[in-house]
Amino acid sequence: MILDLTYRSLDAPWWPFVFILLAGWLPTDIWRFLGIASAGGVRDDATAAKLARTVATALVAAVIAQLVLYPSGELAKLPTWLRVASIASGFGTYVFGGRRILAGIAVAEVVLVGGALLLGAAGPR
Amino acid sequence: MAAAAPGPNDRDDEDGSTVFWVLQGMRGILSTPALILSTAMIGFAGLAREAGLGWLEASFMSLMIWALPAQIILIGAITAGTSLAAAAFAVALSSLRLTPMVVALAPELKGPRTRRLTLYLLSHFVAITAWVFAMERVGRVPRDMRTAFFAGFAVTLTLANTVLIAVVFNLIGQLPALVTGALAFLTPVYFLSSLYGSARDLAGRLALVFGMLALPLAHAVAPQFELVVAGLLGGVPAFVIGRWLEARRAP
Repeated sequence: MILDLTYRSLDAPWWPFVFILLAGWLPTDIWRFLGIASAGGVRDDATAAKLARTVATALVAAVIAQLVLYPSGELAKLPTWLRVASIASGFGTYVFGGRRILAGIAVAEVVLVGGALLLGAAGPR
Repeated sequence: MAAAAPGPNDRDDEDGSTVFWVLQGMRGILSTPALILSTAMIGFAGLAREAGLGWLEASFMSLMIWALPAQIILIGAITAGTSLAAAAFAVALSSLRLTPMVVALAPELKGPRTRRLTLYLLSHFVAITAWVFAMERVGRVPRDMRTAFFAGFAVTLTLANTVLIAVVFNLIGQLPALVTGALAFLTPVYFLSSLYGSARDLAGRLALVFGMLALPLAHAVAPQFELVVAGLLGGVPAFVIGRWLEARRAP
């Protein structure tokens, strides 16, 4: 069954693109097209819309936690506490430092890279 | 609202005016929100590379989805080895918010002679950055030029970032491994800050906290579906508690 396949199930070079279309493009653009189809027609249900927005926010928050707690690649070699300290310092800078996203990103990166260099955990290869 | 267009009726002049408004839209990719988005896209390129995708897959994904949360979720699903059905479900949940955004934007973009097909095609380029940009500025554009203005901005933004991802992805190969990790880490910081900034109500902020707390739990219980489980586990209580607290606060 195609629905049970994963990104790496098939060896064919076209499969990743089909996977991206079916698991990414279709379930995204379908909502945009629905928006055009229903624009001006459907009465908007404020409660349902708010619940959908709240669940979507929690979903992205879960992704953030996933990226910080269970990353892949190079980040996985750094200790969890360093990744948590990095995002916490960046977010703290954003919230208390005048709501500038770029400033928060810069602080988080300095903590992450500085910590990694101090620990020597990601030495040269 | 619709009457303000001082647009010429002459065919040639109208074409010249269309080009003018397309260019006006294109200029927007040098605005601050567009530059912040590019930073996030650089992060996406790093993330995609860390997840083991190729540069073509990463650029293709961004071009076809063009909604960063959905892209990040799909990368997470690919890393976790999630099935097609579960990945599509998680992406669908995160992209649901696009419907109310498009519903709000479409009447603003629509001119007297705008074809429905044009709106369907343009809707693909609606994502947070383009939506905020258009909702802010489209009111100052003559009504029959609004689709041209929006296309100039949103299509250019999408294509420019698709190319950016391809370039950055390939440059990363020349950089030290730590830099790849650092670029991948741009994404969570960007999302946490921008989501917190755009959360309009208490429920939104609670959802941010609950969603993050729920993830380790979901990871332990149902690693295959951890994103969807954490989204529901965090989102539904946030909605209920947010409503309850706001109702109590109101006299």
